[in-house]
Amino acid sequence: MSEKKYIFDSAKNVTTFYKALWLLGILLIIGDLIIHRHEELKLAEIFGFYGIYGFVGCVILVLVAKVLRKIVMRDEEYYDR
Amino acid sequence: MTVNFPTALILIFGGLLLPFFNGWARKFWAVCVPIFSLIHLLVIPLGSFGIISFLDYSLVTFRVDKLSLLFGYVFLIAAFINAIYAMHSKDLIQQVATFVYAGSAIGAVFAGDLLTLFVFWELTAVSSVILIWARRTNKAYASGLRYLITHLLSGMLLLLGTIFYVKSKGTIDFTAMNLDQPGVTLIFIAFGVKCAFPLLHNWMHDAYPEATDIGTVALSVFSTKLGIYALARGFSGTEILIIIGAVMATFPIFYAVIENDLRRVLTYSLNNQLGFMVVGIGIGTELAINGAVAHAFAHIIYKSLLFMSMGAVLLRVGTVNGSDLGGLYKSMPWTTGFCIVGAASISAFPLFSGFVAKSMIMSAALYQDHILVWLVLLFASAGVFHHAGIKIPFFAFFAHDSGIRCKEAPTNMLVAMAIAAAFCIGIGCFPGMLYSLLPYPVSYEPYTTSHVLSQLQLLVFSALAFAVLMRNGIYPPELKSVNLDSDWLYRKILKRILIQLNEKSFSIYESTCLFIRIQLFLLYKKIRHHHHPAGLLARNWPTSSMVLWVALMLASYLIIYFFQLNP
Repeated sequence: MSEKKYIFDSAKNVTTFYKALWLLGILLIIGDLIIHRHEELKLAEIFGFYGIYGFVGCVILVLVAKVLRKIVMRDEEYYDR
Repeated sequence: MTVNFPTALILIFGGLLLPFFNGWARKFWAVCVPIFSLIHLLVIPLGSFGIISFLDYSLVTFRVDKLSLLFGYVFLIAAFINAIYAMHSKDLIQQVATFVYAGSAIGAVFAGDLLTLFVFWELTAVSSVILIWARRTNKAYASGLRYLITHLLSGMLLLLGTIFYVKSKGTIDFTAMNLDQPGVTLIFIAFGVKCAFPLLHNWMHDAYPEATDIGTVALSVFSTKLGIYALARGFSGTEILIIIGAVMATFPIFYAVIENDLRRVLTYSLNNQLGFMVVGIGIGTELAINGAVAHAFAHIIYKSLLFMSMGAVLLRVGTVNGSDLGGLYKSMPWTTGFCIVGAASISAFPLFSGFVAKSMIMSAALYQDHILVWLVLLFASAGVFHHAGIKIPFFAFFAHDSGIRCKEAPTNMLVAMAIAAAFCIGIGCFPGMLYSLLPYPVSYEPYTTSHVLSQLQLLVFSALAFAVLMRNGIYPPELKSVNLDSDWLYRKILKRILIQLNEKSFSIYESTCLFIRIQLFLLYKKIRHHHHPAGLLARNWPTSSMVLWVALMLASYLIIYFFQLNP
């Protein structure tokens, strides 16, 4: 008897989800062309500012965290010794 | 009948009555107590009540104004949800402790003077540590001790600061303070410990993940937000808070990315969210203060929702380590759904509670030209989505299938999560209700096209960054590990110093003892030399020699007498 198949068990569904996310992102960036965002800060009115800031920010976050792991990571019993 | 007594008493005594009930009656009573308290808050008029005179001062034990009411309401909503969440538990001592803890936090929020504040401040520490010890593991015991010491120290600082402050100012009222006044710095640090300021923060990451499944939910609500309330009351507009808050909002998210224990990840994001509130209080304009307390309100509910979902996983699976979990959406679909609502709220998705609250703080920062701070907070917003919004649900419920098949969470837990989720969506869709409770009048509109578009862009691209890094294997895997934080200073360095000091002091003690013993021995020898049985001063003299001496004395007396007569 095979176990019930769930939605994310198939790699195809995961890829579709991933592509849909990209499509949504691109649509939102296109939104910048249609709607002129009113911003308090001139810098933020740059085309796609928030998308770029979010993407780059998160990549930097993860890369820095990987370096941080090299410095601060110890085995689980570190404090018990 | 007068209603002008502190609401805290209903919770504390209501909780202490719990042992007198059994079975369903106890569960019913546990749900009733927060409801009675909430009704009490709803009927109480604004003003100062419960005034007691103490020495030359009058203590206001129950000050009701808009700021304290808002925190009172949300604390009681959280206590109510928590009572439902904990319904399946048979651990009586934990239930009683939760009520005393909630009651003392509410007592502190309504305290009109510093001494009443101090009393409830300490009571929150003592009652909450029981929720950590209730896990009944050695790790939890040690963690709880460190937690208790930190919080009692915070209380001591508050008391010491209060003494200096009252002496110079002549009043004990808890109102806005200035860091230049004597003793106020101590009070500020005491509040900072509760708010988990950078370097004073580690008690939270140390202790919260060690508490019980239901205990951590209660812990996440009260202590830190009591600190936020106290800062908002005493130090709004204190510039240094902007920098402190910005640091708080950023550095924990790096830790959150590499942390394996998902409840510890949540404490890092809790720390990050407190940073937003602290920035708001530091800016101090009406919009910023409104934003900070609105954020505290929304935050308490979505954070407890997230901790509830992880508590349910802990109960069913026995661990919340990201490295051991995955694929739980198959077994716990409802918990997954509620967790995602909490995640969407903390990430400030439009239509969820975080969005309508956090944006006020962000806008307030821009209106006051804190552009760098705004950029930092924007980074922190993307980061919180990244680690709390995606990482928590992803590693617990999706990711690779860990093969774990467990039961869905108990019904009472699901009901509690559903209520919290309803609050998250309700506040997000109808922010007017929350706005009407805020201390200052609100003319803020969160749902503008620009704002919704920009927030969605930020979030979707943060999610894309996660997806890209994950699919390319760059994202750091979940590993069983400990990450050093500021607690390393006292758990390793201080420990080492103390051990060495102990060894040193032991050798000093030893050599001092030896020296004293030698000296005593020498003294003894000297005394013995003259006083031992054959010694000069102790030996037995023969009678004949005494007669001889007497005769000699008499003879000398005669000779002297003779010379005196004939000088």
